[in-house]
Amino acid sequence: MNEQQNVPPQPPEAPKPPWEEKPVPPEPRDAREHEQVREIAAIVPDAVLEAVEFAGQVTVTVARERILDVCRACKEKLEYKFLVDLTAVDWLERPEGRFDVVYWLHRFSDSRRLRLKVRVADGVEVPSVTGVWKVANWMEREAFDMFGIYFADHPNLERILTWEGFSGHPLRKDFPIEGIDTGAAIYPDVYPPGGGPVAGGEGE
Amino acid sequence: MGNLEATRPFPDSEEMEISFGPQHPATHGVLRVMVRVDGEKIVDAKPIIGYLHRGTEKIFERETYNGTIPHTDRMDYTAAATNNQALVGAVERMMGVTVPPRAAYIRMILAELQRIASHTIWLGTHALDIGAQTPFFYTFQERETILDLYEEYCGARLTLNCMRVGGQPFDLPEGWTGRCGAFVDQLPARIAEWERLLTNNRIWKLRTIGVGVISAANAIEWGLTGPPLRGSGVKWDIRKVFPYDRYDEVDFEIPIGANGDTYDRYLVRMEEMRQSVRIIKQCLAKLPDGPVMAKVPKVIKPPKGEFYFSVEGPKGELGFYAVSDGTTNPYRLHVRPACFINLQALPELVRGHLIADMVAVIGTLDIVLGEIDR
Amino acid sequence: MGNPWIAFLVVPLVKIVVILLVVILMAAYLSYFERKILAYMQIRIGPNRVGPRGWLQPIADALKLFVKEDIIPSRAEKFVYIVAPALITAPALVVFSVIPFGADTTFFGLLKQPIPPYLTDINIGILFILGVSSVGVYGVILGGWASNNKFSLMGGLRSAAQLVSYEVPMGFSVIAVLLMAGSLSMVKFVEAQKQAGVWFIFPGIVAFFIYFVCGIAETNRNPFDLPEAESELVAGFHTEYSGMKWAFYFLAEYANMVVISSVATVLVLGGWLRPFPNVAALAFLDVIPPFIWFAAKVGFFLFCYIWFRGTFPRYRFDQLMALGWKVLLPVSLANLLVVALGVLLMGGAR
Repeated sequence: MNEQQNVPPQPPEAPKPPWEEKPVPPEPRDAREHEQVREIAAIVPDAVLEAVEFAGQVTVTVARERILDVCRACKEKLEYKFLVDLTAVDWLERPEGRFDVVYWLHRFSDSRRLRLKVRVADGVEVPSVTGVWKVANWMEREAFDMFGIYFADHPNLERILTWEGFSGHPLRKDFPIEGIDTGAAIYPDVYPPGGGPVAGGEGE
Repeated sequence: MGNLEATRPFPDSEEMEISFGPQHPATHGVLRVMVRVDGEKIVDAKPIIGYLHRGTEKIFERETYNGTIPHTDRMDYTAAATNNQALVGAVERMMGVTVPPRAAYIRMILAELQRIASHTIWLGTHALDIGAQTPFFYTFQERETILDLYEEYCGARLTLNCMRVGGQPFDLPEGWTGRCGAFVDQLPARIAEWERLLTNNRIWKLRTIGVGVISAANAIEWGLTGPPLRGSGVKWDIRKVFPYDRYDEVDFEIPIGANGDTYDRYLVRMEEMRQSVRIIKQCLAKLPDGPVMAKVPKVIKPPKGEFYFSVEGPKGELGFYAVSDGTTNPYRLHVRPACFINLQALPELVRGHLIADMVAVIGTLDIVLGEIDR
Repeated sequence: MGNPWIAFLVVPLVKIVVILLVVILMAAYLSYFERKILAYMQIRIGPNRVGPRGWLQPIADALKLFVKEDIIPSRAEKFVYIVAPALITAPALVVFSVIPFGADTTFFGLLKQPIPPYLTDINIGILFILGVSSVGVYGVILGGWASNNKFSLMGGLRSAAQLVSYEVPMGFSVIAVLLMAGSLSMVKFVEAQKQAGVWFIFPGIVAFFIYFVCGIAETNRNPFDLPEAESELVAGFHTEYSGMKWAFYFLAEYANMVVISSVATVLVLGGWLRPFPNVAALAFLDVIPPFIWFAAKVGFFLFCYIWFRGTFPRYRFDQLMALGWKVLLPVSLANLLVVALGVLLMGGAR
């Protein structure tokens, strides 16, 4: 530990600087009374199912049917003009719906960010927010490609990172990390079903 | 003649469909754009991506937190340091770690050097796309010096892997600050030299002014970040809005454009390089003594929760959305790739322009396919 | 020298062979110098592996091109595809027959009586050059079309429009010089400048600039290299060509550069004349043989070509057209009027 020799000797009673202490991880807190959550609850009543604050970031879980209303209200009334990110998380064995679709909004007036979350089961459509923010187009396509979440009324819901005809959705937790047999899906005239090369395999 | 007829996809019109890429000199990698042209005028353009998809986000889930850092290097391979910075920043905040000031300053120096390096590549290739060959070699000469500095610091030139959760893996080598200072001292003269070749060049102006215009409101709607957003006149920089590391302790300006065209984005990036020089100089002057690594547990194990952290990468807002289930591996680690989202606006920017303008617009968006496809 | 056949057949044949060899070698070495000069402009070294300082690089390149596989795309129009490179190369070489490289010379006393070191001097020399060299555009259009590649097709279309547009102001600028000389013969141009005692570049500065700009556009060189714009059209009209067919395009491009430079030299820089040919005080300059003067002037233009390539970005297609039709054409017309008026006031052409 050469670096530590450079530290000037400190009197024992002085408090240690934060980087010498054992880190204290942040705790999740209920945020129903948080200002940003109250704003939403005021405009779209009964939409907020749950609200959590973790490390200063507010997450609001919204009913699936209401997400479009909430997003529209956020954009038009609460000035969240900027959709920073949209993605999904797969909680494979969660009873109330397997996927979280996560929206991450930003507003310029006071530089605050807000996370919206929708829980969906496999095969259930989520309303697309491309009509609210144009930027959501490719983000939703990516979520579709990677998780197989269908977005209703999306103008062009195609695969984006994998190719047309790819079977499976790679970021699902039950998609094996060593890959699946994709050869048969791509070259059906060459390989029998299930008989193609396996991604991550040894090769010939 | 018969076979030419057969290849026309729109037999009743004069339109032609061109597959621009994925192997094409001007697509900066393996971007493919299906362009419908009427003569040389672009009717519609449709970017097709994914040729470089490596499943990075899936790989993240298999690695430990520190083990993901080398994989971030390979996303935007022209800006590995800022990728590292975004990832470790996210994990540190989830764990409540405070980075020692010396480490934070080293990170800022590395990140700003990286911004200059990325912008030099952008300038060289952008000028090359518009037909000016010489700036390419001038800019790469300066980039070489930056890579030498990196090599001396962490042993790698491109895929740096130069940050860890909790601080920096190494202290700066003997004499490094002097060499870095000498480099940034001479850089403004070099930037002025590049500008002499281009900024007032009539052809350069003809090719870039009024090309790929996007208004501020539209830019926000399309989620543009980084120089494309600032070129439209939105004063927006993560380093100022959500200061990370010690950016609140240094003094710098956010350059913005007025018209949102290719020329303004060019000017913004040129000015950004000067501002980066300014930041590095201040960092070198203020560089505190002390440890470079905080006291973090041997096993990085953030608590259950989710956190989004972003940095101002050279291309735009680069964010990491980390979801932890309390184990040593990230449950989900999503990247908000700046290039991916900036590229989405391409059809909007090029519609109605000529083929040659599309090349200029692809250049001005400064995309890296490694980050787009991940 | 008694046998008329010698004068009629052997001498021109020898000249043809020599000129062809020199032109082809020049084209090859021009590429070497281009690479070297560009390299030094771009803080690189350039070719330096084959032979001392890379001197044999063009030879190695030529050999490589000879033995390279010659690929014809399966859906190309075969006949046109094969003929197109010849269509552009042949005119580029033919025009060298009327370019006067120097005054009559005995080649340092090798011959008993002086002979002209050029192939022929026809009385419509400049017209011949303009006419024949514009045939070359067929090579580009047909090559681009026959490749059955969309990028090639667009390259061919671009070059067709570009070459046709720039030939107009080029022609007008040549007419302005032609009025001063009062002849169409290339040799007469030089003699007129000798008589006038001044290179035509001084009265014809505007014409010269227009001519040279158009010349760069005619040869598809930077900043007008749109037909083969690498970053837009991959390689434009010769994307699909390989091996010797590609080498022909390459040869034609460089030969055309030499042609444009030579014609500019003859028209306005006094051909093989030394500066101020009638000033006796400068007579010591006559030590340098005429064709060295000629080569030096041509070399200067060729350097300019390379210099531009190292400096400028590329025009866009519509801007190129606007420059040709909206700027160069009116200016060249106005220049023509002014020069015509001047010639009239000065007492008419000789």
